Amino acid sequence: MKLRIKFAKFGAMRFIGHLDVMRYFQKAIRRAGIDIAYSGGFSPHQIMSFAAPLGVGLTSNGEYMDIEVVSAASSEDIKNSLNKAMVPGIEIVSVTKLSDNAMNAMASVTAAEYTVRFREGYEPSFDWAHLIDAFYEQPSILVNKKTKKSEVEMDIKPAIYSLKAVVDRNGTAVIRMLVDASSSGNIKPGLVIEAFMKEHGETLSQFALEITREDTFTNTGTAEMPVFIPLDAVGDQF
Amino acid sequence: MNKLALKDEILLQVEKPARYIGNEVNAVVKDKSAVAVRMAMCFPDIYEIGMSHLGIQILYDMLNSFEDVWCERVYSPWIDLDKIMREEHIPLFALESQEPVKDMDFLGITIQYEMCYTNILQILDLSQIPLLAKDRTWEHPIVIGGGPCTYNPEPIADFFDMFYIGEGETRYRELIDLYKASKKKNESRTDFLRKAAKLPGIYVPMFYEVLYNEDGTILEMRPTEEGIPKVIRKEIEMKVSDTYYPMKPVVPFIKVTQDRVVLEIQRGCIRGCRFCQAGQLYKPVRERDVDVLKDYAIKMLKSTGHEEISLSSLSSSDYSKLSELIDFLIEECGKNYINISLPSLRIDAFSLDVMSKVQDIRKSSLTFAPEAGSQRLRDVINKGLTEEVILKGAAMAFESGWTRVKLYFMLGLPTETEEDIRGIGDLSNKIAATFFETVPKEERKNGKVQIVASTSFFIPKPFTPFQWAKMNTKEEFIEKAYLTRNSIKEQLNQKSIKYNWHEADMSVMEGVFARGDRRVAEVILKAYEKGCLFDAWSEYFRNDLWLQTFDECGVNIDFYTTRERSLDEVFPWDFIDCGVTKDFLKREWGKAMAGEVSPNCRMQCLGCGAGIFGGGVCYEAKN
Repeated sequence: MKLRIKFAKFGAMRFIGHLDVMRYFQKAIRRAGIDIAYSGGFSPHQIMSFAAPLGVGLTSNGEYMDIEVVSAASSEDIKNSLNKAMVPGIEIVSVTKLSDNAMNAMASVTAAEYTVRFREGYEPSFDWAHLIDAFYEQPSILVNKKTKKSEVEMDIKPAIYSLKAVVDRNGTAVIRMLVDASSSGNIKPGLVIEAFMKEHGETLSQFALEITREDTFTNTGTAEMPVFIPLDAVGDQF
Repeated sequence: MNKLALKDEILLQVEKPARYIGNEVNAVVKDKSAVAVRMAMCFPDIYEIGMSHLGIQILYDMLNSFEDVWCERVYSPWIDLDKIMREEHIPLFALESQEPVKDMDFLGITIQYEMCYTNILQILDLSQIPLLAKDRTWEHPIVIGGGPCTYNPEPIADFFDMFYIGEGETRYRELIDLYKASKKKNESRTDFLRKAAKLPGIYVPMFYEVLYNEDGTILEMRPTEEGIPKVIRKEIEMKVSDTYYPMKPVVPFIKVTQDRVVLEIQRGCIRGCRFCQAGQLYKPVRERDVDVLKDYAIKMLKSTGHEEISLSSLSSSDYSKLSELIDFLIEECGKNYINISLPSLRIDAFSLDVMSKVQDIRKSSLTFAPEAGSQRLRDVINKGLTEEVILKGAAMAFESGWTRVKLYFMLGLPTETEEDIRGIGDLSNKIAATFFETVPKEERKNGKVQIVASTSFFIPKPFTPFQWAKMNTKEEFIEKAYLTRNSIKEQLNQKSIKYNWHEADMSVMEGVFARGDRRVAEVILKAYEKGCLFDAWSEYFRNDLWLQTFDECGVNIDFYTTRERSLDEVFPWDFIDCGVTKDFLKREWGKAMAGEVSPNCRMQCLGCGAGIFGGGVCYEAKN
């Protein structure tokens, strides 16, 4: 049985890198006593795969991993068992069951929504909350993307599905964006902000942004007319 | 969740920020207003190494089991963070609370190897605690040292308020109660230390003075006050099956050296290898009850989620219930896809059978530690391993499919000759030849055998029969390493043999610290001030700075390393009683010089002195 697990990562846990999060979950699944399936071979490993790696320093409300289990009582039971095995900073949000032919988490990812905050003391000097609309309305947004060998200029506008300033729960102005997160066209939120600031003659400092991934999406529409739904909307509660 | 001590900008620019955030599974967080005593336990090396140390996990578990105590952990900040903390004057903090170490009541530092001495100073310095004990007040934590290096604490005596000599399970409760009483009565720090000095196992350097002879050797070490003990006997836990052991060890996020459940099956070693310090310090052998161990294994695997379990001891093959324990683990772990790792097993039919069950033979290698190249020299060091046994074990292993062999030797052992050194090449060659004789050509995977011979340089250690031995000079060491290399190159099967050797400069420094006295402290302090740090890491070891500092302080390296010591010399560590007597060590030294071997503790009692502790292997036959 394939399960999709959605979790949040916050607080001190934002400093734990992707590979270590995987190791963390392997041990957590043992502590929680989940009846996970193992691969064959001389050194069997848990059947587990993650959707999209999250960079060190970022928090998230919508991380996903798929696991294969031999047996499971219910969504609620798995969720509770896992939450008892968590440390502060990782929380299981939902557990859903996937159909046998469902695409795996990593291949399903097409987009991700981010909230971007300017860290105190790093805010741009221009009126960014109002100017962001004009920036997004441009027909193209050109950035220099570094590859291994050279730098190429590319237009990231088609990869930004939405970009706006909003007010968060604490009444602070933040930037919210929905961007391409597929393996072939992934856009880092910092790249968008960097282009925005560059347009206003400012440079983005390495530590200026506090970024939260709000959720990770898959496309149930077409490439031209995308319909984005969160990765756990594919599965069912059981 | 606690606020982190380091701001995001710092955590995002240092390597592996997970080293500094705490928050691990099973880390203990208490309400600080509800505890009377706060303690930081430190391993003065990076997190990955410190987190792999069982001793701290045991003490952490024990101290946190005391309701009035909160014990946290602290490790050496790596070079990158060290620089930032100095520039920004950030005080070193404990991982759990993220609060400064300087605000704790105690700072305990475990001292596992001599080359960490400058790291101890880094810990104190970054914590903003005066480096010298004499400069501290009640404003500062009581700094306690423990671990194997404290069996000669003298080179670092100036930096510590006290040393706890021996195993930690026994006296911390009393020490903490003494501290609480002193605080309550508003006694001075010195008064507290004076009382602590009278507790068994506690050595408070400030109450002792050392008088020297004209030739620089020690005339006498004596207490400066009435009532301070002249001799400190090590503390030892005799009830090893009924004491503290962490059922919920802390599980690190990042990969650490010992990333598994560690089951300590016994303490001590019955074998009397004459170069080995651990073998003497931890006598007598005390086995843990096998049923207790089975219970521990299940509980620890469950509480950590680790995918591997390892047995720990100085010589696992000597544990009397080994096969029962391993059968249980194979059965239990097999169901749950848990790996078993079995270090320090002697290679024989039993261990090969077990290893073939728990390891991938294609990936694992066999390890032999003959330590010396000839039978003559192996008799001198009392290493009861013969060429016949090695070749027989290797042949059996090759038949079972192993193709990789690791061999460990030492260079510079007492009485060593060129012939003994050439023996390393000969033995390596014979093992390779055994492979070609045992395994028919058509059955050889990749057609070859891989033998890796490694040598380290012998460093005489306190409380061993070789504590009187002359250490080799750096030049002698290097010459011997070249001779070893050349003798391997002359072998018929030299293409199957790879040779590694250890750095000579670092071994010389380790030799000074191992048998050093209080006069070495000044050198360590000055070398640290000049920038020596992480000396155990060869890429950071600054031999030029060390040599320069010894020179400036007028401290002669050869006095501590290559000097011939007379049998009646007073050693800096003679005031410590580790059970094993100096008379016994002298007898063993004499037998070594005569090339005579000694039986192990189970074969025959040698009257080493450890019987005074009233248990363990010393009384096995009498039960």
